[in-house]
Amino acid sequence: MTALCIESNLAAPDEFYERLIATHRGLSDDESAIVNAKLVLLLANHIGDPAVLAEAMAAARDGVASAPAPEGESQ
Amino acid sequence: MKTYTNPVYPYERPAEFGATGWRRPVVVVGAGPVGLATAIDLAQRDIPVVVLDDDHTVSVGSRAICYAKRALEILDRLGCGQPVVDKGIGWNVGKVFFRDELVYRFDLLPEPGHRRPAFVNLQQYWLEEYLVGRAREFDHVELRWKNEVIGVSPHADGVDVTVATPEGEYAIACDWLVVADGSRSPVRRMLGLEWQGQMFRDRFLIADIHMKTDFPTERWFWFDPPFHPNQSALLHRQADDVWRVDFQLGWDADPDAEKTPERIVPRLRAMLGEAAEFDIEWASVYTFACRRMQRFRHGRAIFAGDAAHVVSPFGARGANSGIQDVDNLAWKLALVMKGLAPDRLIDSYDAERTFAADENLLNSTRSTDFITPKSRMSRIFRDAVLSLAKEHPFARRLVNSGRLSVPAVLAASTLNTEDQDADFACGPGAMIPGAPAADAPVQGPAGKWLLGYLGGGFTLLAFDAAIDAANVASLARHRIPCSVVGIGGIAGEGAIALDEAAGLARRRYDALPGTVYLLRPDQHVCARWRAFDPVRVRTAIARATCNA
Repeated sequence: MTALCIESNLAAPDEFYERLIATHRGLSDDESAIVNAKLVLLLANHIGDPAVLAEAMAAARDGVASAPAPEGESQ
Repeated sequence: MKTYTNPVYPYERPAEFGATGWRRPVVVVGAGPVGLATAIDLAQRDIPVVVLDDDHTVSVGSRAICYAKRALEILDRLGCGQPVVDKGIGWNVGKVFFRDELVYRFDLLPEPGHRRPAFVNLQQYWLEEYLVGRAREFDHVELRWKNEVIGVSPHADGVDVTVATPEGEYAIACDWLVVADGSRSPVRRMLGLEWQGQMFRDRFLIADIHMKTDFPTERWFWFDPPFHPNQSALLHRQADDVWRVDFQLGWDADPDAEKTPERIVPRLRAMLGEAAEFDIEWASVYTFACRRMQRFRHGRAIFAGDAAHVVSPFGARGANSGIQDVDNLAWKLALVMKGLAPDRLIDSYDAERTFAADENLLNSTRSTDFITPKSRMSRIFRDAVLSLAKEHPFARRLVNSGRLSVPAVLAASTLNTEDQDADFACGPGAMIPGAPAADAPVQGPAGKWLLGYLGGGFTLLAFDAAIDAANVASLARHRIPCSVVGIGGIAGEGAIALDEAAGLARRRYDALPGTVYLLRPDQHVCARWRAFDPVRVRTAIARATCNA
């Protein structure tokens, strides 16, 4: 678990956060869900590295799910 | 049906009624594509076969309609590829629509220089008719119609089968039972064997319609189209101006009501327009599952095709994988039956084809998760992929309307001899041990395609090599014979000499002067070397037949 950068990597964190919230302004929850999904897909493709993505997905789910996280595909 | 009349094959009184003491080398249960192909492949190896089928005709309805390149190549080896290609509809282009927009187009057209196209669409009944015709050319294949298996009793060296016919029951004893009686496999149930996997909570309507139209010969797949909101739809051409239409209905649909013309016609009108003229040939409402048996071999009973594994239809991985099962099994069974290989060679069928089944199941399950999202968020991601696909090329690779059948590369098979020469190409599509042989145009005494010279038995394919007549004769005389096919070079007497103009075979096989490939009877590579060495060839044949 070392591929994902968890130290601050954003030059202007407050600006990023403001833009993220603004991206959803005026949208319904359903529309926001689509925007978020597209954002995840765009960023995932930009990152590309499957180890980084797997770590990010595990970190995002950590502490949220009542069910344990699924096993990684080992085949 | 307007375009097809099912033949009726006659019931004939089995010999078992008249006399006792019969023992059959092989009995095949099921005269579908897999059972018939098994009978033909074994018959080509001089093994007598009795095929039992509970019906007396071919498939009712079109069912499996997409036959992939590898299945066509296997059918070529079985002597019935040409009628399938002649009658079928070749296609390469697929289009995916999201709502009312084209978001993705793919072209399966392979590079030129292959005898067979990526796919041919043909109704299953036509394929079965050709297979029946081919099977009937062999005196030692007996097709027994209206012979329903009602009991199976396996023992150490064979299986006793009880069969019901219009004139009563009889018992048939066999050394080997090949079970190809379909996804509901009565024999599998009689033996109480495991059948595990995942069933999908969704229903689909398939309708075959006869329609004269100028629609292109392409696979069109819609997600959430205006004519069928929130669900998917598929339109695909078959032979005889018959079109396959597939509508996703959802789990709550009433399967009996949805099959009626009162329900189907309005759906078709919405899709094809009010002016479209069509007749409904056949319709069915289906659910599907991704399942397989834990093992395909149970002593002297061997399972193949849908009886052993089922997948969703998106990807054409059902009949195509069943035909590959046959391709893998028949030569092994023949060698074991002739005493030329030990019984455990049959276990390699189980190992290789369960591996292939898992690959098909994985692909099929992924397609199904995309087509039938199981949660709100899964649906949101699916729609996000589709809405990105039009403008963002990366998202097109995520669109999954079915990953179409490609043959398994048996790279981990214990029958392979590992590469000893380090410089061979190993990337995608490379002819590594375990890969099915690539085709290429050649000039030679028996046809213009390389695959026509490979398979049946073991074949040594030599590139610009010098293999003298003594070595050719020695390989041919071996207990398990191996023929020699040379491209360029000096092939001794008894070898088949080929030539090629374009150099495609040399390129596809990463050949240098002297390179030789050993191919199994099912045309899979099992060893390759940069130089010919008769001892290594014999050792590799021994390994590929569990004789090492």
